Amino acid sequence: MQPGEIRLADLKPGTTARVVSVSAEDAAAPAEVGRRLAELGFLPGEAVRIVARGFMARAPIAVRIGTGTFALRLFEAACVRVCPERPQPL
Amino acid sequence: MDASPSASSPLIALVGNPNCGKTALFNILTGSRQKVANYAGVTVERKEGSLLTPSGLRVRILDLPGAYSLDPLTPDERVTADVLLGRRSGETQPDFVVCVTDATNLRQNLRLVLSLKRLGLPMVVALNMSDIARRKGIAIDAARLSVELGVPVVETVGVKTSGVAPLIEVLDSIPAPPAARHSVTWRTPTAADIQHDQDEVRRILSVVGGDALDGVTFSDRVDAVALHPLFGPVILAVILFLVFQAVFAWAQVPMDAIKSGVGVFGEWLGAALPASLLKDLLINGVLAGVGSVLVFLPQIIILFVFILVLEDSGYLPRAAFLLDRVMGSVGLSGRAFIPLLSSFACAIPGIMATRTIQNPRDRLATIMIAPLMTCSARLPVYALIIGAFIPRRTVWGGLELQGVVLFALYILGVASAMGVAFVLKRGHGSRFQALMLELPAYHWPNLRNLVIGLWQRVEIFMSRVGTIILALMVILWALSSFPAPPSGATGPAIQYSIAGHVGSWLAVLFAPIGFNWQISIALVPGLAAREVAVGALGTVYALSATGNDVSGALTPLIAQSWSLPTALSLLAWYVFAPQCLSTLATVKRETNSWKYPLIMAGYMFALAYVGSFITYRIALSLS
Repeated sequence: MQPGEIRLADLKPGTTARVVSVSAEDAAAPAEVGRRLAELGFLPGEAVRIVARGFMARAPIAVRIGTGTFALRLFEAACVRVCPERPQPL
Repeated sequence: MDASPSASSPLIALVGNPNCGKTALFNILTGSRQKVANYAGVTVERKEGSLLTPSGLRVRILDLPGAYSLDPLTPDERVTADVLLGRRSGETQPDFVVCVTDATNLRQNLRLVLSLKRLGLPMVVALNMSDIARRKGIAIDAARLSVELGVPVVETVGVKTSGVAPLIEVLDSIPAPPAARHSVTWRTPTAADIQHDQDEVRRILSVVGGDALDGVTFSDRVDAVALHPLFGPVILAVILFLVFQAVFAWAQVPMDAIKSGVGVFGEWLGAALPASLLKDLLINGVLAGVGSVLVFLPQIIILFVFILVLEDSGYLPRAAFLLDRVMGSVGLSGRAFIPLLSSFACAIPGIMATRTIQNPRDRLATIMIAPLMTCSARLPVYALIIGAFIPRRTVWGGLELQGVVLFALYILGVASAMGVAFVLKRGHGSRFQALMLELPAYHWPNLRNLVIGLWQRVEIFMSRVGTIILALMVILWALSSFPAPPSGATGPAIQYSIAGHVGSWLAVLFAPIGFNWQISIALVPGLAAREVAVGALGTVYALSATGNDVSGALTPLIAQSWSLPTALSLLAWYVFAPQCLSTLATVKRETNSWKYPLIMAGYMFALAYVGSFITYRIALSLS
């Protein structure tokens, strides 16, 4: 992991970040998860922001990617690594 | 001027991302001249319409399912890709493509435009929702975009007649279909291709404008409340309660009106016609059948008004978002909630409402468990048996015992549905079941889309489901009427019919679960619909009472002649048994095959028999 790079699921709601990489993190996750995320616009360099989180176990996550918004389950969000625009407060 | 479309009319395909306003555009281009069917072999909806251009050219318009990519992951996307590539059997390759884009979300939509362009089919790009884009301050240089893309670009507003004029102008002058099909070039894109396309999209957007990033939108402000960890679920609960209340209670008045209307007409017909077999067929077969189809209409209309408004406004995916964890725990999609909730009123509108679930396996699982929700047709049966066997007394400090039993029956239905869903979805990698659900911007629902959508549901129900239900009703009437009782027969007429004979055989089969021959016979006509069993029991016990009086007259009779274990066993039977041909007919229509209604009937009868057996044996050993 590069310095400053975090998992999308760890991004604080409301903080803007850039996508660094998209890959199927869990080897058991179907390979098409990474491909579909890319087709939805989760591509390196794109701006992301967490719009909302579910009320149970903070899942799923509603993510703004570019100008669209998608709900992702945690294992899907785990495939995306991002770099916050500004350092996150701890 | 060619009035009706023919096979030689040019075929124009509407293609676009989900939520780009494509269907609204299709509705306004084709109006009510639409044909809704399924693509051969799959349950993906096929919508075709036609348009007469100002110069008198009749074109056919095909509304292809929304797709994020031409490299398909869902059955919907597979249809879209296959039709465009000309490799779907039974479908002709389109002569011209209208690529519909959401002008407020070009960053996502333009990638599909680039893929389509590579196919080489003649095309035009429609910048849809251009009015909303302008209001949001997104200025797109359409002429420049056309130059950059190398294809014509027109601005459209899919909810206004004047908003599609520029598009119609383009369609008016499309080249005549060539004698030979287009040869398309296609190779599956790699990750590098997608990245390359996105780089191109960024470059194009930087020159044509229209890239409003990072702003807090109106939808964001709504979502701050609608998806709030506390307010979100509360708002959803209120909306779901309203839907449930409407389907359950508001539909009651029109349903009663239809029932009594059919009844009055039947009485008039009965008085007007001389007694004959034909009269019996007309009144007890055809008219009763028509009535049993019509009676579902109020619930279907009310439910679909709610669903279409929730869907068109963009709230439905938010509801799925909020319920994803709850429904996901048994492997269902969050979208399964509304169909299942409606199934408490009636499984038929519930099963029809599963169309909003995109994943076909989730949809099938939801269809399969929908009839386990306690529908309103079970209530007359429950009321009869509970009234006759469960004493009127309070337990646990003030709870009405009869009410507790009724509540337990509801819980039993829900619990068994969750269990069946869990079994159905087990082993399908539920841990990694995809959600990836788009939450589109909120919109005001459009009345035209609402009316067209509602009419399509009503038409599907009346013409496709209704005809099967009607036919089954007439067959059941014949089974219960033939052969006629011999002269001097003392028992009720139904005892001598085929249904009566089947019932006597069933009595042997049902003896281990405590059903007597009267119950067994009543279950045969009771296949038509659950509440019919009450009337059928009245017939078997040769009551002279009719209509609502049957229940009152039956209560003391069965209280005397059935044992408590038999009564409890019958209650358990009604929790599970698929005693509703209309539901099975709807499943047949919605899954496009007889396989699933047969599986449904099989597993539900099996559950019913086992459930009744256990109930009967336990009750026997306790009494």
